[in-house]
Amino acid sequence: MSPFNNLLCMLLGISFTVWFTLLLVFIIVPAIFGLSFGIRGLYMKTPSCSLSGCIIAKEPTSLEEELKEIRRNGPSPSTSEFEMSDTFYFCRRGIESIVDDEVTKRFTAEELESWNLLTRSNYNFQHISTRLTVLWGLGVVIRYGFLLPLRLTLAITGVSLLVVFTTMIGFLPNGRVKHFLSEKVHLMCYRICVRALTAIITYHHSENKPKNGGICVANHTSPIDVIILASDGCYAMVGQIHGGLMGLIQKSMVKACPHIWFERSEVKDRHLVAKRLSDHVKDKSKLPILIFPEGTCINNTSVMMFKKGSFEIASTVYPVAIKYDPRFGDAFWNSSKFGMVNYLLRMMSSWAIVCSVWYLPPMSRQEGEDAVQFANRVKAAIARQGGLVDLLWDGGLKRGKVKDTFKEEQQKLYSKILVGTQENRSRS
Amino acid sequence: MGSRASSLLREEDIEEIKKQTGFSHSQITRLYSRFHSLDKGENGALSREDFQRIPELAINPLGDRIINAFFPEGEDQVNFRGFMRTLAHFRPVEDNEKNKDPTSGEPLNSRTNKLFFAFRLYDLDRDDKISRDELLQVLRMMVGVNISDEQLGSIADRTIQEADTNGDMCISFSEFTKVLEKVDVEQKMSIRFLH
Repeated sequence: MSPFNNLLCMLLGISFTVWFTLLLVFIIVPAIFGLSFGIRGLYMKTPSCSLSGCIIAKEPTSLEEELKEIRRNGPSPSTSEFEMSDTFYFCRRGIESIVDDEVTKRFTAEELESWNLLTRSNYNFQHISTRLTVLWGLGVVIRYGFLLPLRLTLAITGVSLLVVFTTMIGFLPNGRVKHFLSEKVHLMCYRICVRALTAIITYHHSENKPKNGGICVANHTSPIDVIILASDGCYAMVGQIHGGLMGLIQKSMVKACPHIWFERSEVKDRHLVAKRLSDHVKDKSKLPILIFPEGTCINNTSVMMFKKGSFEIASTVYPVAIKYDPRFGDAFWNSSKFGMVNYLLRMMSSWAIVCSVWYLPPMSRQEGEDAVQFANRVKAAIARQGGLVDLLWDGGLKRGKVKDTFKEEQQKLYSKILVGTQENRSRS
Repeated sequence: MGSRASSLLREEDIEEIKKQTGFSHSQITRLYSRFHSLDKGENGALSREDFQRIPELAINPLGDRIINAFFPEGEDQVNFRGFMRTLAHFRPVEDNEKNKDPTSGEPLNSRTNKLFFAFRLYDLDRDDKISRDELLQVLRMMVGVNISDEQLGSIADRTIQEADTNGDMCISFSEFTKVLEKVDVEQKMSIRFLH
């Protein structure tokens, strides 16, 4: 048995080494140099279906066109206004939305075309082979035994340094020295946190980076967005004050440089929020504000409605598009499924977080454009750059119900068609 | 290492559903994923709330009636079989099925069954007749507040007058079918399922 044991050990050792080398050479290194993004560009162009394929092909006809068509073939089309077959249109549209709709799939993690060896991304893949199971097992060992402890240490270091140094800087008098040191400390700590997640980030068009007195808006996928942007530039954060560890971090950050934290009660007061943001923006010595206008985390396949609040403030808007590569680890935070700690642990035990950040040229509100139109224009620019679907739906639909006004619009449209035919009828 | 969703769907079940509904194997597994993603309670059945969570369905004027069509009389939950049976009505009619053996029973997506689905949308109390009230209810759902009761009433009266052949002031299923005999039901009540 002894030579057999030796052989077994040798085989395991070799396969482990081979596996690790393959991982390094074919996944991590190309990702660092952005070589994989070319392939992603191909499938990024089909955002409307889930990657595992479309279930149905939807008819793009409108209510009017369809009703005209049905009635052309129906009984005596010129004399009746209402047809019993008018329900067919709504019926079919309803069933189509049950089989596949544009909104609900944005609030769960994206489905992958091929498995990335993380069980959490395994939705539709059948059991493939024992070999793949073994590879997956090795992956688990590496990720949880080696990568996770390493990353946890880095994360704890990063956060502690942030709290300690910003508190120390808080004792300095306001001035250039404080500003300079605060910048360096923030950048350093965020970069440590980036390493803690093994985030491989590619920044594009850094010449468009947000400047003081501006507002930076970006699409929101997870809390990690903040770390990714803040490790490349200094921003004033906006948010609600939390308790616990988060609150401690927030309180010490604001000692070093001005951030905008709101009490829970103040968040509801839109005028107060707008005033504080405007005041901050008017002061050119203060850092640009970072805002996520969707208001909630979306799964990075689409950009949903931008809340108009941040677009009402008179200042330059610097749009930023963030796109994650889901093959290495899905960064989307499904807050109804996972708590923050659970989420961070999952992030730290993925292979890597790979993403691209595009700094888009600054935009300002034009003459005759209201806040909503401006918001939609910025949203379209971000969606186009990131290869995301541009949706009008509100991200708030993750938790809330849709407004009745949309149904009323459809009813109005149908009524117009009915009444219209009646007018024609009375004329003839 | 099977997938979480389809591991709950056994091969025998897939075969049975295939025979009953005519969907292909891959269509059934994909629709099962969809069923599973709508099933927030993860109990293998959908409730009315699960459907209403779909925004595009919630804003559909006939949304509630369509949701109703999935639930058998008096029940609050629909399982995957029931889900597929209802969806099967919307499968396009394939040419080779038009000459199906009549003794094996009509396929769920036949012209008659599609018309019956539409008929059921009107006939809420399931007494196989569309009364004036039932017609008014559906009309009201489709027009909202934009047309007066009077006008709507006259539309309903006219519709019943034109369709009713046996004078009972209601529309039976055969009268319904006769009125719509020239309409391309096969196309209008079908969805293009991809393989």
